[in-house]
Amino acid sequence: MDMKCDELLKALNEYVDGTLEPGVCEMFQAHLKDCNPCRIVVDNVRKTIQLYKGDTPCELPPELKSRLHSSLKARWKQRPV
Amino acid sequence: MSEAVKGSSVDIDLPLVRRARDGDYAAFEALVSRYEGKVYALAWRIAREEHDAEEVVQETFLSVVEHLSTFREDASFRTWLLRIATNAALKLLRKKRGLPMVSLEGSGTQEDDEPLPHPEFVAPWQESPADLAGRHEIRALLDEAMTALDEKHRVVFLLRDVEELSTEETAEVLGISVANVKIRLMRARLMLRERLTRVLGDKDRQAPPHRHDEVE
Repeated sequence: MDMKCDELLKALNEYVDGTLEPGVCEMFQAHLKDCNPCRIVVDNVRKTIQLYKGDTPCELPPELKSRLHSSLKARWKQRPV
Repeated sequence: MSEAVKGSSVDIDLPLVRRARDGDYAAFEALVSRYEGKVYALAWRIAREEHDAEEVVQETFLSVVEHLSTFREDASFRTWLLRIATNAALKLLRKKRGLPMVSLEGSGTQEDDEPLPHPEFVAPWQESPADLAGRHEIRALLDEAMTALDEKHRVVFLLRDVEELSTEETAEVLGISVANVKIRLMRARLMLRERLTRVLGDKDRQAPPHRHDEVE
Protein backbone atom coordinates (compact mmCIF):
# COMPACT_ATOMS: atom_id res chain seq x y z
CA MET A 1 0.00 0.00 0.00
CA ASP A 2 1.25 3.45 -0.80
CA MET A 3 -0.97 6.29 0.33
CA LYS A 4 0.54 9.71 0.68
CA CYS A 5 -0.55 12.23 3.29
CA ASP A 6 -3.06 14.09 1.14
CA GLU A 7 -4.63 10.87 -0.08
CA LEU A 8 -4.90 9.67 3.48
CA LEU A 9 -6.54 12.88 4.59
CA LYS A 10 -9.07 12.64 1.77
CA ALA A 11 -9.72 9.00 2.62
CA LEU A 12 -10.07 9.93 6.28
CA ASN A 13 -12.83 12.42 5.53
CA GLU A 14 -14.76 9.99 3.39
CA TYR A 15 -14.21 7.29 5.99
CA VAL A 16 -15.85 9.52 8.61
CA ASP A 17 -18.82 9.88 6.24
CA GLY A 18 -18.94 6.19 5.43
CA THR A 19 -18.64 6.96 1.73
CA LEU A 20 -15.22 5.48 1.07
CA GLU A 21 -15.33 3.00 -1.78
CA PRO A 22 -14.71 -0.58 -0.68
CA GLY A 23 -11.17 -1.13 -2.05
CA VAL A 24 -9.83 2.12 -0.67
CA CYS A 25 -11.74 1.57 2.56
CA GLU A 26 -9.93 -1.70 3.17
CA MET A 27 -6.59 -0.05 2.50
CA PHE A 28 -7.41 2.76 4.83
CA GLN A 29 -8.62 0.46 7.60
CA ALA A 30 -5.42 -1.54 7.27
CA HIS A 31 -3.48 1.70 7.62
CA LEU A 32 -5.46 2.70 10.70
CA LYS A 33 -4.56 -0.55 12.43
CA ASP A 34 -0.91 0.49 12.52
CA CYS A 35 -1.18 4.24 12.68
CA ASN A 36 -2.15 5.72 16.03
CA PRO A 37 -2.03 9.37 14.92
CA CYS A 38 -4.50 8.68 12.09
CA ARG A 39 -6.81 6.83 14.45
CA ILE A 40 -6.74 9.80 16.79
CA VAL A 41 -7.40 12.26 13.96
CA VAL A 42 -10.41 10.21 12.80
CA ASP A 43 -11.76 10.32 16.34
CA ASN A 44 -11.01 14.04 16.67
CA VAL A 45 -12.90 14.82 13.46
CA ARG A 46 -15.91 12.77 14.53
CA LYS A 47 -16.01 14.51 17.88
CA THR A 48 -15.59 17.92 16.28
CA ILE A 49 -18.63 17.29 14.12
CA GLN A 50 -20.60 15.96 17.08
CA LEU A 51 -19.81 18.99 19.18
CA TYR A 52 -20.99 21.42 16.54
CA LYS A 53 -24.08 19.37 15.76
CA GLY A 54 -24.99 19.23 19.40
CA ASP A 55 -24.43 22.92 20.01
CA THR A 56 -27.86 24.15 21.04
CA PRO A 57 -29.57 26.13 18.32
CA CYS A 58 -29.95 29.74 19.35
CA GLU A 59 -33.32 30.69 20.64
CA LEU A 60 -34.62 33.80 18.99
CA PRO A 61 -34.39 36.78 21.31
CA PRO A 62 -38.01 37.38 22.42
CA GLU A 63 -38.14 40.87 20.88
CA LEU A 64 -36.97 39.48 17.54
CA LYS A 65 -39.51 36.71 17.73
CA SER A 66 -42.39 39.11 18.25
CA ARG A 67 -41.10 41.52 15.57
CA LEU A 68 -40.72 38.65 13.16
CA HIS A 69 -44.18 37.25 13.73
CA SER A 70 -45.80 40.69 13.47
CA SER A 71 -44.17 41.47 10.16
CA LEU A 72 -44.97 38.04 8.81
CA LYS A 73 -48.61 38.36 9.74
CA ALA A 74 -48.79 41.73 8.00
CA ARG A 75 -47.09 40.40 4.88
CA TRP A 76 -49.27 37.31 4.86
CA LYS A 77 -52.34 39.42 4.29
CA GLN A 78 -50.77 40.88 1.16
CA ARG A 79 -49.36 37.68 -0.21
CA PRO A 80 -50.01 36.55 -3.78
CA VAL A 81 -52.57 33.73 -3.93
CA MET B 1 -45.38 12.54 -2.64
CA SER B 2 -41.72 13.29 -3.19
CA GLU B 3 -39.07 11.47 -1.20
CA ALA B 4 -36.35 13.50 0.42
CA VAL B 5 -32.86 12.17 -0.05
CA LYS B 6 -32.16 12.66 3.59
CA GLY B 7 -34.14 12.72 6.75
CA SER B 8 -37.77 12.75 7.58
CA SER B 9 -38.36 16.45 7.12
CA VAL B 10 -40.62 15.84 4.13
CA ASP B 11 -42.97 13.80 6.28
CA ILE B 12 -42.93 16.30 9.09
CA ASP B 13 -43.32 19.47 7.08
CA LEU B 14 -45.42 18.58 4.10
CA PRO B 15 -48.84 18.60 5.79
CA LEU B 16 -48.16 22.05 7.27
CA VAL B 17 -46.68 23.32 4.00
CA ARG B 18 -49.74 22.26 2.06
CA ARG B 19 -52.13 23.83 4.54
CA ALA B 20 -50.10 27.03 4.56
CA ARG B 21 -50.11 27.09 0.79
CA ASP B 22 -53.89 26.85 0.94
CA GLY B 23 -54.02 29.95 3.10
CA ASP B 24 -53.91 28.52 6.63
CA TYR B 25 -51.90 31.10 8.60
CA ALA B 26 -51.74 28.97 11.74
CA ALA B 27 -50.02 26.26 9.72
CA PHE B 28 -47.55 28.78 8.34
CA GLU B 29 -46.87 30.14 11.81
CA ALA B 30 -46.23 26.61 13.06
CA LEU B 31 -43.65 26.14 10.31
CA VAL B 32 -41.98 29.40 11.26
CA SER B 33 -41.85 28.40 14.93
CA ARG B 34 -40.39 25.07 13.96
CA TYR B 35 -37.49 26.59 12.04
CA GLU B 36 -36.91 30.13 13.28
CA GLY B 37 -34.31 29.10 15.87
CA LYS B 38 -32.40 27.03 13.35
CA VAL B 39 -32.48 29.74 10.70
CA TYR B 40 -31.29 32.26 13.28
CA ALA B 41 -28.46 29.96 14.36
CA LEU B 42 -27.35 29.40 10.77
CA ALA B 43 -27.63 33.10 9.94
CA TRP B 44 -25.65 34.06 13.02
CA ARG B 45 -22.92 31.55 12.34
CA ILE B 46 -22.54 32.80 8.78
CA ALA B 47 -22.95 36.53 9.41
CA ARG B 48 -21.37 36.62 12.91
CA GLU B 49 -23.43 39.63 14.01
CA GLU B 50 -26.74 39.66 15.80
CA HIS B 51 -28.21 42.55 13.86
CA ASP B 52 -27.32 40.92 10.55
CA ALA B 53 -28.67 37.57 11.69
CA GLU B 54 -31.95 39.24 12.52
CA GLU B 55 -32.13 40.82 9.10
CA VAL B 56 -31.49 37.43 7.49
CA VAL B 57 -34.19 35.74 9.55
CA GLN B 58 -36.72 38.43 8.60
CA GLU B 59 -35.80 38.31 4.95
CA THR B 60 -35.87 34.53 4.86
CA PHE B 61 -39.35 34.11 6.23
CA LEU B 62 -40.74 37.06 4.32
CA SER B 63 -39.39 35.37 1.21
CA VAL B 64 -41.18 32.19 2.23
CA VAL B 65 -44.45 34.13 2.43
CA GLU B 66 -43.82 35.53 -1.04
CA HIS B 67 -42.79 32.32 -2.69
CA LEU B 68 -44.55 29.54 -0.84
CA SER B 69 -47.08 29.23 -3.64
CA THR B 70 -44.22 28.39 -6.00
CA PHE B 71 -42.62 25.78 -3.74
CA ARG B 72 -42.56 22.52 -5.67
CA GLU B 73 -42.24 19.34 -3.72
CA ASP B 74 -39.19 18.12 -5.61
CA ALA B 75 -36.96 19.09 -2.70
CA SER B 76 -37.76 19.04 0.97
CA PHE B 77 -39.16 22.21 2.52
CA ARG B 78 -36.21 22.24 4.88
CA THR B 79 -33.66 22.23 2.05
CA TRP B 80 -35.60 24.95 0.26
CA LEU B 81 -35.72 27.05 3.42
CA LEU B 82 -32.01 26.57 4.14
CA ARG B 83 -31.20 27.63 0.59
CA ILE B 84 -33.16 30.85 1.03
CA ALA B 85 -31.53 31.52 4.41
CA THR B 86 -28.00 30.75 3.24
CA ASN B 87 -28.32 32.91 0.16
CA ALA B 88 -29.78 35.75 2.20
CA ALA B 89 -26.87 35.56 4.64
CA LEU B 90 -24.21 35.40 1.93
CA LYS B 91 -25.84 38.24 0.01
CA LEU B 92 -25.78 40.38 3.13
CA LEU B 93 -22.12 39.62 3.72
CA ARG B 94 -21.22 40.50 0.14
CA LYS B 95 -23.21 43.71 0.36
CA LYS B 96 -21.38 44.71 3.52
CA ARG B 97 -18.05 44.11 1.88
CA GLY B 98 -18.99 46.04 -1.25
CA LEU B 99 -18.76 42.96 -3.44
CA PRO B 100 -21.01 42.07 -6.37
CA MET B 101 -24.36 40.89 -5.08
CA VAL B 102 -24.20 37.63 -6.95
CA SER B 103 -21.19 35.47 -6.45
CA LEU B 104 -19.14 35.21 -9.61
CA GLU B 105 -18.10 31.78 -8.55
CA GLY B 106 -19.48 29.29 -11.00
CA SER B 107 -19.67 25.58 -10.70
CA GLY B 108 -16.81 25.40 -13.17
CA THR B 109 -14.38 27.16 -10.85
CA GLN B 110 -11.69 24.83 -9.67
CA GLU B 111 -10.83 24.88 -6.03
CA ASP B 112 -7.17 25.66 -5.29
CA ASP B 113 -4.76 22.76 -5.43
CA GLU B 114 -3.01 23.52 -2.18
CA PRO B 115 -2.32 20.52 -0.01
CA LEU B 116 -4.81 19.87 2.75
CA PRO B 117 -3.92 21.29 6.16
CA HIS B 118 -1.83 18.62 7.81
CA PRO B 119 -2.83 17.76 11.38
CA GLU B 120 -0.13 19.22 13.63
CA PHE B 121 -1.45 18.82 17.15
CA VAL B 122 -2.75 15.28 17.46
CA ALA B 123 -4.06 14.07 20.79
CA PRO B 124 -7.17 12.29 22.05
CA TRP B 125 -9.65 14.58 23.68
CA GLN B 126 -9.90 14.50 27.44
CA GLU B 127 -13.69 14.62 27.46
CA SER B 128 -16.53 13.45 25.26
CA PRO B 129 -18.76 15.81 23.28
CA ALA B 130 -21.64 14.88 25.58
CA ASP B 131 -19.67 16.08 28.61
CA LEU B 132 -18.45 19.21 26.86
CA ALA B 133 -21.76 20.28 25.37
CA GLY B 134 -23.48 23.34 26.70
CA ARG B 135 -20.57 24.65 28.71
CA HIS B 136 -20.07 28.35 28.29
CA GLU B 137 -16.35 28.17 27.61
CA ILE B 138 -16.86 25.40 25.06
CA ARG B 139 -19.42 27.45 23.17
CA ALA B 140 -16.94 30.31 23.12
CA LEU B 141 -14.29 27.96 21.75
CA LEU B 142 -16.63 26.64 19.06
CA ASP B 143 -17.53 30.20 18.04
CA GLU B 144 -13.93 31.31 17.95
CA ALA B 145 -12.88 28.34 15.82
CA MET B 146 -15.76 28.90 13.43
CA THR B 147 -15.01 32.62 13.13
CA ALA B 148 -11.43 31.79 12.19
CA LEU B 149 -12.64 29.83 9.18
CA ASP B 150 -12.93 31.41 5.79
CA GLU B 151 -16.57 32.04 4.99
CA LYS B 152 -16.60 29.58 2.09
CA HIS B 153 -15.38 26.78 4.36
CA ARG B 154 -17.62 27.79 7.23
CA VAL B 155 -20.79 27.68 5.12
CA VAL B 156 -20.05 24.25 3.71
CA PHE B 157 -19.36 22.85 7.17
CA LEU B 158 -22.59 24.36 8.51
CA LEU B 159 -24.70 22.97 5.70
CA ARG B 160 -23.06 19.53 5.47
CA ASP B 161 -22.14 18.63 9.00
CA VAL B 162 -24.47 20.73 11.13
CA GLU B 163 -27.58 20.87 8.93
CA GLU B 164 -26.82 17.45 7.39
CA LEU B 165 -27.58 18.37 3.83
CA SER B 166 -26.15 15.95 1.31
CA THR B 167 -23.14 16.90 -0.81
CA GLU B 168 -25.43 17.34 -3.81
CA GLU B 169 -27.93 19.48 -1.89
CA THR B 170 -25.11 21.64 -0.55
CA ALA B 171 -23.67 22.08 -4.05
CA GLU B 172 -27.09 23.12 -5.27
CA VAL B 173 -27.69 25.57 -2.43
CA LEU B 174 -24.32 27.24 -2.96
CA GLY B 175 -24.11 26.99 -6.74
CA ILE B 176 -20.75 25.23 -6.64
CA SER B 177 -19.55 21.86 -7.84
CA VAL B 178 -19.81 18.67 -5.79
CA ALA B 179 -16.02 18.41 -5.95
CA ASN B 180 -15.63 21.86 -4.41
CA VAL B 181 -18.10 21.02 -1.65
CA LYS B 182 -15.99 17.98 -0.76
CA ILE B 183 -12.69 19.84 -0.73
CA ARG B 184 -14.05 22.73 1.30
CA LEU B 185 -15.62 20.37 3.80
CA MET B 186 -12.34 18.55 4.29
CA ARG B 187 -10.49 21.79 4.86
CA ALA B 188 -13.13 23.04 7.28
CA ARG B 189 -13.11 19.85 9.31
CA LEU B 190 -9.33 19.68 9.50
CA MET B 191 -8.99 23.32 10.51
CA LEU B 192 -11.68 23.04 13.15
CA ARG B 193 -10.20 19.80 14.44
CA GLU B 194 -6.81 21.49 14.81
CA ARG B 195 -8.15 24.43 16.80
CA LEU B 196 -10.39 22.39 19.03
CA THR B 197 -7.81 19.73 19.71
CA ARG B 198 -5.19 22.24 20.79
CA VAL B 199 -7.54 23.14 23.64
CA LEU B 200 -9.41 19.90 24.27
CA GLY B 201 -6.64 17.42 23.53
CA ASP B 202 -4.84 15.58 26.29
CA LYS B 203 -1.33 17.02 26.12
CA ASP B 204 0.06 14.05 28.02
CA ARG B 205 -1.05 11.78 25.23
CA GLN B 206 -0.05 13.93 22.31
CA ALA B 207 1.17 11.93 19.32
CA PRO B 208 4.64 12.90 18.03
CA PRO B 209 4.83 14.72 14.66
CA HIS B 210 3.98 12.26 11.94
CA ARG B 211 3.96 12.40 8.17
CA HIS B 212 2.98 9.78 5.62
CA ASP B 213 5.03 10.87 2.69
CA GLU B 214 5.99 7.32 2.29
CA VAL B 215 3.90 4.54 3.70
CA GLU B 216 4.71 0.89 3.44
